[in-house]
Amino acid sequence: MSTLAQKKGFGAVLWDYLTTVDHKKIAILYLIAGGFFFLLGGLEAMFIRIQLAVPNNDFVSAGLYNEILTMHGTTMIFLAAMPLIFAFMNAVMPLQIGARDVAFPFLNSLGFWLFFFGGVFLNLSWFLGGAPDAGWTSYASLSIASEGHGIDFYALGLQISGAGTLIGGINFLVTIINMRAPGMTYMRMPMFTWATFVTSALILFAFPALTVGLFLLIFDRMFGSNFFDPAMGGNTIIWEHFFWIFGHPEVYILVLPAFGIFSEIFAIFSRKRLFGYSSMVFATVLIGFLGFMVWAHHMFTTGMGPIANAIFAVATMAIAVPTGIKIFNWLFTMWGGSITFTTPMLWAVAFIPSFVAGGVTGVMLASAAQDYQYHDSYFVVAHFHYVIVGGVVFALFAGAHLYWPKMFGTMLNEFLGKITFVLFFIGFHLTFFIQHFLGLWGMPRRIFTFLPGQGLETANMVSTVGAFFMAAAVIIMLINIVITSVKNEKVGNDPWGDGRTLEWAIPSPPPFYNFKQLPLVRGLDAYWLEKMEGKKGMSPAEPLGDIHMPNNSFIPFVISLGLFVAAFGAMYRAEHSWGIPVLIFGMLITLGSMFVRSVKDDHGYHIHKEDLEDNNDKGVKA
Amino acid sequence: MANQQPNSGNPRVDIEYRRKKSAEEMKHQVITFALMIFLTIVAFVAAGYEGFSGWFIVPFILILAIVQVIFQLYYFMHMSHKGHEAPALFLYSGALVGFITIIAFLTVIWW
Ligand code: HEM
Ligand SMILES: [Cu+2]
Repeated sequence: MSTLAQKKGFGAVLWDYLTTVDHKKIAILYLIAGGFFFLLGGLEAMFIRIQLAVPNNDFVSAGLYNEILTMHGTTMIFLAAMPLIFAFMNAVMPLQIGARDVAFPFLNSLGFWLFFFGGVFLNLSWFLGGAPDAGWTSYASLSIASEGHGIDFYALGLQISGAGTLIGGINFLVTIINMRAPGMTYMRMPMFTWATFVTSALILFAFPALTVGLFLLIFDRMFGSNFFDPAMGGNTIIWEHFFWIFGHPEVYILVLPAFGIFSEIFAIFSRKRLFGYSSMVFATVLIGFLGFMVWAHHMFTTGMGPIANAIFAVATMAIAVPTGIKIFNWLFTMWGGSITFTTPMLWAVAFIPSFVAGGVTGVMLASAAQDYQYHDSYFVVAHFHYVIVGGVVFALFAGAHLYWPKMFGTMLNEFLGKITFVLFFIGFHLTFFIQHFLGLWGMPRRIFTFLPGQGLETANMVSTVGAFFMAAAVIIMLINIVITSVKNEKVGNDPWGDGRTLEWAIPSPPPFYNFKQLPLVRGLDAYWLEKMEGKKGMSPAEPLGDIHMPNNSFIPFVISLGLFVAAFGAMYRAEHSWGIPVLIFGMLITLGSMFVRSVKDDHGYHIHKEDLEDNNDKGVKA
Repeated sequence: MANQQPNSGNPRVDIEYRRKKSAEEMKHQVITFALMIFLTIVAFVAAGYEGFSGWFIVPFILILAIVQVIFQLYYFMHMSHKGHEAPALFLYSGALVGFITIIAFLTVIWW
């Protein structure tokens, strides 16, 4: 670590992060960018709840409300939840399989910068004539009619960041297939790695549907085609299918890694092997598979007819079975374990009832006939917040506390962490539980205000109060991060004391080459096995030798920047004469930098054996 | 990463055995190549022959196309070899997802 710890100037650090191809630093980039967008989406949520706190409110206008609502959903799904999950997948998965990096470090960086520029592009809409306002689903009948450039920002921005996600997913797949340490068979992979694997496969198959849908939308809006315009022989339902063929797998893309994080937490803090490991793997794969067969449950009311509705209803309900398997396995993992209620464990324990509540309303929504009552009401809003917040966001908080020491080498304060948890837990249920009833009482979703005297006042006020609890929780978490970073008390390899998987066998944060010698994996929970036999660390699987490392590169940044510029050109092409030249200029930047990348040989460099031995003497053990 | 060498780079493999394998491989490729040309001719004949209705020709040609794709994948792109399980899995999953999408569009939207 000695070479790493040297103090660098701010400029040098910045340049390092702009050009890094190290999965651990890219994880930090994802964490920062995703965290920023999470705060932004949270702010938008607060505006929504303030507007709906009292009837006939005029805190924001109807049009602005639509923009805030749309950007809240879009930001939270694409720019907050996904990148934050990618942060943990990047930070942890390569360590868990005993790899020195992902399979394609360059692409890893490219994936991040594409996501980042896509997100920035989308959010610039606020300053350039108005944000998208057709909901995060952007149904074509609304989005084709929407004036201004809001929807163009949506389509182009998501196209760019979607490409980044797709690249990231493929990279993870190849990494897991090819780069597992000796002895790390598929059935010895930690649950989080399995979740990453299945999630990446879902990304690979689901995102193309979004890409196609967005392209059709872009062509309809900007280049005069008529895919979605019924008056011209198109069909607006086509967008809905494309969107949900992507959209439903997307919810599992989000929740499977959350399941993975919780699986790790339950095992660590119950000091027990995960109950039913192989059934967990099976359930994860099955959920991934079934996730592709159910998308039309979002469209029961579009008039698909009784047969299609029945098929999709039954398929949807079937997903409850593997999900149930997982829930019981987690409960059995805790059963008889010696449980410690650390902050991550609190989130994990609270996740079970919260997520199950969301699953139960999911099954209710899945019965097509009932859905005619629930559809487009606050009941649906309550459902998906129970699964997304109670599942995904809880996991992100839990994961942040669990992996903070591995990523930054210092522990978040446990006391503040627990306060964050309590406030958020109370706030979450206060906000969303009552929304089930709001929906059943007839409050439609996506309305900017409601009238007095319809029995909706109290419940809406309660909901808003809950939102403030959650905001307070997030602020305390931020304070916690600041305090922790300033104190910066360094911790050792296994700060929780009960780490089971490979990432806990190496220093926190790990050296940039991760493993000096690749570890030999002798079973599930590889590190725990060695600890139980009284060993300090992993046995190496190879003699100490030179390590081949990739060079940093600025090219991913430039490729993404080019697309960012080109997107402006494409958007303003019709009304400004500079549109086409800017479009071409942006594409030239992108293609040019890709060309440079192709013709310039970059073989990376080697860390020499002698330098590694050198490190050893100074006690890397930390 | 050093341990991830593909076995083909291993100098110790038996050269004799390899030769025999290659010869066998070659034979398969020639046979499939001939078959593929034959199937292509059949497709053209089917399309050109007046006596068949479109309801026969279109599915028939589609089936021939699928057979051709399989030949291509297995005999020319070496999917029959060991170590191609993961690509095969992903290929079939992708095909399945695409297939379901098309079926859904045909039945739910346009029927
Ligand atoms: C596992 C995590 C899950 C997530 C993240 C999730 C997310 C969502 C989201 C975001 C929506 C709203 C769609 C819209 O904008 O209209 C939704 C709706 C729906 N969810 Fe889930 N869901 C999950 C699990 C489930 C489960 C387990 C079921 C059923 C067993 C289910 C059934 C449904 C149905 C039927 C709808 C459509 C409701 C309607 O639009 O009327 N969901 N879900
Ligand atoms: Cu769904």
